[in-house]
Amino acid sequence: MRIQCPCCGERSLDEFTYYGDASVTRPNAFAPTAMSDYHAYVYQRDNRDGDHRELWYHAAGCHACLVVTRNVRSHIISDVRIAREVARERDAAALPGSTS
Amino acid sequence: MRRQSNRLGEGGIIDRSKPVTFTFDGAPYQGYQGDTLASALLANGVTLVGRSFKYHRPRGVLSAGSEEPNALVELRSENYREANTKATMVELFDGLSASSQNRWPSLRLDFMSINSLLSPIFVAGFYYKTFMWPAALWEKLYEPAIRRAAGLGRAAQGEDPDHYEKATAHCDVLVVGGGAAGLNAALNAARSGARVILADENAQLGGRALDDGLPIDGAPPVQWIDSVREQLEREPNVVVMRRTTVFGVYDTGTYGALERVSDHLAQAKHGFPRQRLWRIIAKRTILATGATERPIVFGGNDRPGVMLASAFRTYLNRYGVAPGRRIVVFTNNDSGALTAAEAALAGLEVVAIVDSRRGLSAEISKAASTAGTRMISGGVVIDTVGKAKLSGVVIRTGEGEDVRLSCDCLVMSGGWNPNLQLTTHLGGKPTWNDAIAAFVPGTHPPGMSVAGAAGGSFGLKDALDEGAKAGSEAVASLGWKVAGPASPRADNQPYGIRPLWLVEASKSKALVDFQNDVTAADIALAAREGFQSVEHLKRYTTLGMATDQGRTSNVNALAIMAKATDRSIPETGMTVARPPYSPVAIGALAGHHRGKSFKAVRRPPSYAWAKANGGVFVETGLWLRPAYFPKSDERDWFETVCREVKTVRSAVGVCDVSTLGKVDVQGKDAGEFLDKIYMNGLKTLPIGKARYGGMLREDGIFMDDGTIARLGEHHYFVTTTTANAVKAFQHMEFCAQWLWPSLDVQLISATEQWAQYAVAGPKSRDLLRKIIDPEFDISDEAFPYLQVGKITVCGGIKGRLFRLSFSGERAYEIAVPARYGDALMRALMDAGQEFGVCPYGAEALAVMRIEKGHISGPELNGNTTPRDVGLGDMIAKKKDFIGRVLGERPGIIDPDRPSLIGFRPVDKNMRMRSGAHIVPLSAPATAANDQGYLTSVAYSPTVGDWIALGLLKRGPERIGEKVRAVDPVRNEEYVVEVVNPCFVDPEGEKLRG
Repeated sequence: MRIQCPCCGERSLDEFTYYGDASVTRPNAFAPTAMSDYHAYVYQRDNRDGDHRELWYHAAGCHACLVVTRNVRSHIISDVRIAREVARERDAAALPGSTS
Repeated sequence: MRRQSNRLGEGGIIDRSKPVTFTFDGAPYQGYQGDTLASALLANGVTLVGRSFKYHRPRGVLSAGSEEPNALVELRSENYREANTKATMVELFDGLSASSQNRWPSLRLDFMSINSLLSPIFVAGFYYKTFMWPAALWEKLYEPAIRRAAGLGRAAQGEDPDHYEKATAHCDVLVVGGGAAGLNAALNAARSGARVILADENAQLGGRALDDGLPIDGAPPVQWIDSVREQLEREPNVVVMRRTTVFGVYDTGTYGALERVSDHLAQAKHGFPRQRLWRIIAKRTILATGATERPIVFGGNDRPGVMLASAFRTYLNRYGVAPGRRIVVFTNNDSGALTAAEAALAGLEVVAIVDSRRGLSAEISKAASTAGTRMISGGVVIDTVGKAKLSGVVIRTGEGEDVRLSCDCLVMSGGWNPNLQLTTHLGGKPTWNDAIAAFVPGTHPPGMSVAGAAGGSFGLKDALDEGAKAGSEAVASLGWKVAGPASPRADNQPYGIRPLWLVEASKSKALVDFQNDVTAADIALAAREGFQSVEHLKRYTTLGMATDQGRTSNVNALAIMAKATDRSIPETGMTVARPPYSPVAIGALAGHHRGKSFKAVRRPPSYAWAKANGGVFVETGLWLRPAYFPKSDERDWFETVCREVKTVRSAVGVCDVSTLGKVDVQGKDAGEFLDKIYMNGLKTLPIGKARYGGMLREDGIFMDDGTIARLGEHHYFVTTTTANAVKAFQHMEFCAQWLWPSLDVQLISATEQWAQYAVAGPKSRDLLRKIIDPEFDISDEAFPYLQVGKITVCGGIKGRLFRLSFSGERAYEIAVPARYGDALMRALMDAGQEFGVCPYGAEALAVMRIEKGHISGPELNGNTTPRDVGLGDMIAKKKDFIGRVLGERPGIIDPDRPSLIGFRPVDKNMRMRSGAHIVPLSAPATAANDQGYLTSVAYSPTVGDWIALGLLKRGPERIGEKVRAVDPVRNEEYVVEVVNPCFVDPEGEKLRG
């Protein structure tokens, strides 16, 4: 598999480290429901067919975390974005303080 | 040496001016440059080349290509020995030595052929049914006996002396297969200027076009093939890779290929690998892998002398070899005509053409009359005659009459299977084409197109035209300008196949899978016993599971199963091909990554000094760290390590700690960031101070620890453990980029930028005073425990000083840029002479940390929490940090969890060993009574006794209690006392000075 890194161009899979599901957001540690929120955040994953949003870290390249949209059946990657940009949009869209 | 009795007087593209000598089973033979081992053996009249896997039936050469199931030989000798090599793919070289396999005592006289008589026992699935009782005999008797009898070649016993390498290539268009379609595809693609790679598994390009000898542009095909090869090899944008098998298709246009660089040589040239594993990245791929001819399933079809018709033509046309002199052709399609005509042209006697189709084919009858041969229409071969060599065949004519004909070669054509394996590697399903009675590629992998016989177009003209079209379209789709497709002139041959899957009138064994000895009867048995799905059929009978991957057998088996279960072939299904298409040596997959080259070696800055001073090294991850520095009069490592520990505790020692991970953390929010990733507070750390820090996983488990030094308002310097350096840094990057993207923090790994030495012992400050430039005050008032500062050493070299202690002594870590590391080590050792300095290694370091009760890898083992290792008080109460929430789960904070404590043996002479489990004194040593285990054990020269750290249920509450340490692995058991885990200076007076 090859990933189109927005910084480095198309690179082979062995330059990257998988960092998990990009569709979960770290919950507020002080919310009354924190324990169950964190349980879901750490352990519960959907294993659906089709497109998954995944975090890949370009360890042997630019060190950027990437959000990769990959079809788990065909392995076709339809989108790659710099994770920091995605995360900033995520945080901007969320209520203040929800991720810290 | 014998004459090459079956070599034709002329023809073939071998070099008759270059004779080559070789041996087979010790006997010398001669062939020519350009021969394969198979063609040379046939030229010498050697028809018996092996014994079959299960029944030890005599076997000859079936094919002329990589689909060969029978002619497997051992090549070379001793550690160069290579088993299960296809004689049809082995290029002959001078001095080649080959031997047959799976026979004893000799190929001609094989005692194991008695298995043939026992064949009722060895039916499909026999190992599930027979030899079952009594069960005790299986391991001792049955299995070893079966294994001895059933086998392929012998693997070499020693290390492979050859070299292998790996390489990556990029191209616009990859053409797989260099036959008519592939050559024309490459030529049409290359004219655009696009980068083209053409890979073919054979030494010579041309594929079946070369084998069949049909004219291209009105001339022998070799002329067109040579001219295309020359054109391609001239083009700077084209790479022609011969002897290269593309064996696998992977995601995103990635292809695996194996180049046999030196297999055709007696020994690899100096500096060259034996084989090279390629990763080819292609934007477009054209599959032009051709097709493989099917055998016909009839009684005795595996007798030496029975051969595929296509292989027969290959031996005639390519090698000038007649596999026999009296030929019978058995066919279910029009290609039989071509075969008969070629045989007649070569001056061989064509005894008969047996055409299973009823009604006269115009092609066949023309060929029969030209060759002056007997035509048996609607007939089948029901059996073969002979022992280890064919002497005749029994034919049942269309009228039901049995006729015996004498012959020494039977050539058969059951039709053709496209070589579509590469289209299925990513999950593509082949589809059935009734017109050609074969599976053809269904969905293709992204970017792949198929041309010629690989797609089911078996005619030469079609192959050339489809190749041209595929080549032009591939480059055009990438935006290259290209003229319309161009092809030379050629004709298609009639095919007219009418399937004949099984000659049901046969009484004797009719082989389907030659290599695994699976017969038509085995398939019928599998059908009767309910193993009707193709996947069950395969596993029950082992069909298609041999090294040839069932290339000559899968479709025949499927068709027989379809008939037996009254289903159509597509209903019966098709097994999915997985990489590799043909076997790949493990050595090639490993490449240079074996032995000492398996991983990179990292050497710390003092490596050269340590090496020169007798350091003994230990591998820690990739690092080579000095373990200890023996003196010439010391008897063993134990004495050395004790001396190093005593020197540190009484004088001063120096240890290279550069291998610790180091991360430079800067930015306005650096403190805030560190507060989130460490369990304890760091934002409040004053500038110029260092603090221990513990890093948790989000599930509350301890991940890593180290020290955090604050060098400036917005500047921290963090160390991690050696083992977790990479993981911890990546974790920090992940946190900064994904969890808290808006924090102003920048990270960089500085592990390799700094040489860092621990200088430990009561005289450490005295030593450093001589190294650090005088303007820096390192008195205890100015530089107390946990102080950090920038310094210069040895007259102006910038460095850093940290007052940290892992040993428990007054100690410092001094750091300089890595390029000064070697010089600083020498300077420290010189300056330390008067204080009795010694270097110490990882062993003494470990002994001293156990003496101090400090945790390390054995305690931070991925199962422990901060509370488990006695650091519960460090956990911050108010802030958020990774691991905060889940670290408070009931199971994580359960006080019954094993926690860190010390142990000493009650019998002072008893040596403890880590890994021993702890049970109460009076309870039996069962898992139910298991209360913990010893994690780290050392002999403490300071205490004068063995000491241990361990994890014990409610450990800290049990000081003074005696428990049993049980070590079932080493069969040891002894009583230990639970003690405080800090064995030396528990008040910490020494480290503060």
